[in-house]
Amino acid sequence: MARPPLLIPRPEGLYCPGGDFFIDPARPVARALITHGHSDHARPGHGAVMATRETLDIMAIRYGEDFTRSRHIADGAITIGGVTVSFHPAGHILGSAQIAVTGGGCRIVVSGDYARVPTPTCARFEPVPCDIFVTEATFALPVFRHPPPETEIARLLASVAAFPDRSHLIGAYALGKAQRLIAALRQAGWDAPIYIHGALHQLCDYHVAQGINLGDLRPATEGKKADFAGTIVIAPPSAFATAWAQRFPDPVIGFASGWMQVRARARQRGVELPLILSDHVDWPALTATITELDPAEVWITHGREDALMRWCEMTQRAARPLHLVGYEDDAE
Amino acid sequence: MSLTAFATLLERLAFTPQRLGKERLLADAFTRMPDPERGLMLAALTGDLKLRQVTPSLLRGLTEMRADAQLFSYSYDFVGDLAETIALIWPEGTRTDPPLSEVVHELATAPKTRLPALITARLDSLGPSERYAYLKLATGALRVGVSARLARTAFAAWANLPLPQVEEIWHALQPPYLDLFAWASGSPRPEAAARAPFRPVMLSTPTDLDQLSALDPADFAAEWKWDGIRIQAVSDGGTRRLYSRTGEDISTAFPDVVDLMAFDGTLDGELLVRRDDEIASFADLQQRLNRKTVTPAMLRSHPAGLRLYDVLIWNGQDLRDEPYDARRAVLAQAVATLNPRIDLSPDLPFATWDDLAALRLNPPAAVIEGVMIKRRDSPYLAGRMKGPWFKWKRDPHLIDAVLMYAQRGHGKRSGYYSDFTFGVWNGDDLVPVGKAYFGFTDAELKDLDRFVRTNTIERFGVVRSVARTKVVEVAFEGLNRSSRHKSGVAMRFPRINRIRDDKPAVEADHLSTLQAMLTN
Repeated sequence: MARPPLLIPRPEGLYCPGGDFFIDPARPVARALITHGHSDHARPGHGAVMATRETLDIMAIRYGEDFTRSRHIADGAITIGGVTVSFHPAGHILGSAQIAVTGGGCRIVVSGDYARVPTPTCARFEPVPCDIFVTEATFALPVFRHPPPETEIARLLASVAAFPDRSHLIGAYALGKAQRLIAALRQAGWDAPIYIHGALHQLCDYHVAQGINLGDLRPATEGKKADFAGTIVIAPPSAFATAWAQRFPDPVIGFASGWMQVRARARQRGVELPLILSDHVDWPALTATITELDPAEVWITHGREDALMRWCEMTQRAARPLHLVGYEDDAE
Repeated sequence: MSLTAFATLLERLAFTPQRLGKERLLADAFTRMPDPERGLMLAALTGDLKLRQVTPSLLRGLTEMRADAQLFSYSYDFVGDLAETIALIWPEGTRTDPPLSEVVHELATAPKTRLPALITARLDSLGPSERYAYLKLATGALRVGVSARLARTAFAAWANLPLPQVEEIWHALQPPYLDLFAWASGSPRPEAAARAPFRPVMLSTPTDLDQLSALDPADFAAEWKWDGIRIQAVSDGGTRRLYSRTGEDISTAFPDVVDLMAFDGTLDGELLVRRDDEIASFADLQQRLNRKTVTPAMLRSHPAGLRLYDVLIWNGQDLRDEPYDARRAVLAQAVATLNPRIDLSPDLPFATWDDLAALRLNPPAAVIEGVMIKRRDSPYLAGRMKGPWFKWKRDPHLIDAVLMYAQRGHGKRSGYYSDFTFGVWNGDDLVPVGKAYFGFTDAELKDLDRFVRTNTIERFGVVRSVARTKVVEVAFEGLNRSSRHKSGVAMRFPRINRIRDDKPAVEADHLSTLQAMLTN
């Protein structure tokens, strides 16, 4: 009799029969292994959760201490039922991990979301040799070649210098992207205070508590309108449509995202200063990672599966789309 | 100006939301840039840089030599703009920064056979945003959020010249506009040197009974809105030209009309296919459009003529400042001297707006698409301003159809499923009857996009087939017989009027409803 497969896609998410757990399930399950704290991967209400210490902390910050009945910090190789699991840095956001599942002579690495561009905000992606590599495909089109973050930060700083009377309001998702942006500004030598929206406070504080230098951060509610001239303000993009944005003088609206490489996307959002700053692999990094790992098979979770399938076909790699539901297509 | 500077300008124009901000950017460019670069830049924005040899299919072909055709197709589907897709997908090479005039010159003068090698070599030696600017130049479709009128407005404001005077001579000028920039710095105004120049056309704004009721009908004249092509017919010292309302010279496609233009003046009217007293449908006129040459058989089967609305210049006298009534009196006398294939669009008698509403509901011919309402004391003004001229179009036809297929949109709709194919019932089957990609509100677009994403039943490349459950009300202006469509009908100007979530798919319309409209 054939052995059951190590992992199988189910409506709830990717399931491991040997260990009776799900990875990043979209619905509440008895036992979940979580790659990272973004809400489409880390949901509240699971019976037990295993993740990195940082991811567990982040889930507690976002969902409250009772987000699960039982937390397990992933540390080293852990045996669950008949399989062994281990967590390895994914380079995506603080605490993000790839999950390696080994059993019956086969190893599958579920990479979650991952990035290869280094950032002070999290550990670098660690290539883990495997038989099956499960990858995202968020930016899996050859048009996505993201420029180095330094050039994008330089564009932002040039704009700040060109419009000293205006404030720069930069949209960035609260977990990961905002801190990546702040850290990159600090690396570029911008040591003035950076003003942040209330939705960013707790998560920024948590990064600082983990020893990540974000410099002088101040609440964007402090001060009069004129005080914000020449400043950089960071907020979740949803804040721009609200009255909150009216407190700033003639703001230049920016958005930090890998999607900003496509002009129409930037214009649809009414963005004046699109900043191509991503925490996912772009096309060259994605294809280079698969080439480097050279797995026997590639499984694709979400994004532009068609194009990555085509590339695998061209490079004679076995590949399959998992058609998992629940992962956000466009959030980045 | 280098190509990089031009690319940076395009980028800033595209992402500057306010009109005034765009005008400031352009003014700054006019000041900083030398001739002939600034004139070429201006011509690129106004669409007057004619480099029409570079076709999308040529560019696709070149790209498919550098990138996998299928990956290219997925990418184009996602990005929604051909030039941008190619700019982003083209492999990186060395980066040069040639002068704008150099690349324009070689694109304009290269023989067609040399174009592929030339374009490939350029793309190989540019960075991504320069590739984008280069491709936009080469294809002539800039779409960077600056209209031709805005570019001219910005020029006039920068040069401190009255916009109407700039508009007046615009069509006689040639890129790189050295004489125009000389005028801006104090030289005399360039004469409209060419004979039979195009004059900016007067346009109308839409209206309805509600708006009209606030106006006194005695102040207005009315006439039919003929469904042909608005033209300007100019005959000037033996030179005859037929222009579209945007100033495009379409004389060569209509030699029969040019032959009739035995007058000296500038007339405003509608180009129509006329067989004796009968005005043919727009579909017949379409047969004559976009042809470089026209066959004798076509001239016999689809003879064209003019129906006149207005006169701008007559026998050397500029009448544009005269009131409408006075111009029409001149026009009526003028028409009497012309070949009867050029005639006057008749005045509609009416005393009240309700009288006019009744006329609009029962036009004497199918080729009439509503009524035009013109203020009797209005001068002939360039552009579209609210007040002097109104169009009151007939109500569109409406049917309820079922959504069948969807594709992602392009341009500002890129990323949304916004191109829809819809169908009506033919027995127990749905047969596609048209495609629409506008008409809906932003909120309706989001609703339709979400429906497509969650109700896809099959994918054919970039096309998604959707569950046959969503009913939409489709508005359209007319219906033609078509042998190319399986349904046998083709709609004119179809758009999605509203979403009919209150209607189950079985209650959508049947093909027989459309077929009945054909016979009317």
